[in-house]
Amino acid sequence: MSKKYILKFRPSAVEEPVTYCLIKEYDIRVNILRAEIYPGKSGIMLVELDANSIKLKQAISFLQHKDIEVIPFEKRIHLEIEKCVHCGACTAVCCTSALSILNEKSELVFTPDKCVACGLCVKACPLQLFQLQFEE
Amino acid sequence: MKSNKTVEEINKKIRQGDAVVITAEEVSKMALTLSPEEIINEVDVVTTATFGPMCSSGAFLNFGHSDPPIRMEEISLNNVPASGGLAAVDTFIGATETAKDDPYYGGAHVIYDLIDGKDVLLKARAKGTDCYPRKEIDTYINKKEINEMILFNPRNAYQNYPAATNTTSSTKYTYMGILLPGLGNVTYSTSGELSPLLNDPELRTIGIGTKILLGGAEGFVAWNGTQFNTVRPKNKFGIPTINAATLAVIGNMKDMSTEFIRPAVYEKYGVSIFVGIGIPIPLLNKDIVRTVSIRNEQIETTICDYGRNGHPALGKTNYQQLQSGYIELGGERIQTAPLSSLYKARIIAEDLKNRIQRKKFFLTEPVQLFPKNTSLNGLKIRGKDYE
Ligand code: SF4
Ligand code: SF4
Repeated sequence: MSKKYILKFRPSAVEEPVTYCLIKEYDIRVNILRAEIYPGKSGIMLVELDANSIKLKQAISFLQHKDIEVIPFEKRIHLEIEKCVHCGACTAVCCTSALSILNEKSELVFTPDKCVACGLCVKACPLQLFQLQFEE
Repeated sequence: MKSNKTVEEINKKIRQGDAVVITAEEVSKMALTLSPEEIINEVDVVTTATFGPMCSSGAFLNFGHSDPPIRMEEISLNNVPASGGLAAVDTFIGATETAKDDPYYGGAHVIYDLIDGKDVLLKARAKGTDCYPRKEIDTYINKKEINEMILFNPRNAYQNYPAATNTTSSTKYTYMGILLPGLGNVTYSTSGELSPLLNDPELRTIGIGTKILLGGAEGFVAWNGTQFNTVRPKNKFGIPTINAATLAVIGNMKDMSTEFIRPAVYEKYGVSIFVGIGIPIPLLNKDIVRTVSIRNEQIETTICDYGRNGHPALGKTNYQQLQSGYIELGGERIQTAPLSSLYKARIIAEDLKNRIQRKKFFLTEPVQLFPKNTSLNGLKIRGKDYE
């Protein structure tokens, strides 16, 4: 299974070769979707981790042991779908088809699994219905 | 069965509960297998609709007189400036006007809040006169208390509109949405074969006085819209291939619903408003059947480069392609996205259909048809004319 997580690093953990360990020790396919380092050297990363669920669990506890905060990504992007007018403006900027209206009813369908947190939909929605938190 | 009908005959059928009403999408499908003759024998009315951002919109309000009275000269509603140039207690608030302290709140939001029944802060200043001694007022108003609230939109329901793209190397923030660099996407804004004026391209049934659905309530076509242009190039199906005719529409805002009027704010552009409009087209003759049978692949529009001055045309496409999610331009596959809601437009077309079937909505003949052969003037920058 593949899941997306936000990893928050303290300054002390930034130097650690965690992605190397994840791949080498836990046999996890790591896809880094976005990474930022802030002044003072704390860091934040959006990753997609692909492995069986036992390995994934072990890897997450390894990360937590290294003092890295692991936050499932779904919790960080929010769309107030009940207010949506299905105009489609957000789909113009979504290059992963996480947002799509290509269906029978021309209704907006949001698939958080496909989202790479580019943040463009936040600006594109004329009703300001997206909230994306990818920062400290 | 005769193949010409009058609006009066159709209204009689509606009254008797015998009228057959279908949507413009349904008639387009029907026309694939039936001839115009067969359709006119079966169907009486076709409903069309659109729900899109329409900047040229606004509302006339009358607040009633306070005691002592005031001749309002400087007016704001929830901090959004409104016109102080309309008698003592009348005003016009434009949808795109922006609050003095919040770029994400504007006239469109005031209109929405009023329809929603919310209290809105009214502030006004005046010089004070013998007959209107009060110099300032700070109070709250709402839908129930004010005398009139009339939505009046000088330019809505564009007959076709260019599709927008961007050939430059930087992202453009426009009223056509966010246009990604290097032909990164294409946006478009009509409901295609469901769109009102694309189903009556010659404006034979829609004219001044036509009864419509506006913001979920009954309204009327008041006039031809501003920037009304009937001399645009047309394709072989009689469809103008770029923005052409428009409508000025009017309706009682007190009866409207927030489902069909929504404020919009486009990044780095500003405030606009989503307006829902539904228009019935009576099938009076075979020629009108032919025009309402138009299909998305027959409705072409021009792709314009919104990254460059003057929005130069890059080519043509049609609504079947645009609605499919991508188009080909210069050998490249480009992602497309709408800005107007087909989902909502369909709800409006269905709503209008139901109202007619339930004898709640009757058709009107235009009091007067729109002008012909009108084109547009640009704005010249010049000195005062020679006397
Ligand atoms: S953040 Fe980017 S990838 Fe995610 S839904 Fe929005 S536009 Fe699509
Ligand atoms: S831009 Fe906003 S209102 Fe329009 S479809 Fe997307 S989420 Fe819905």
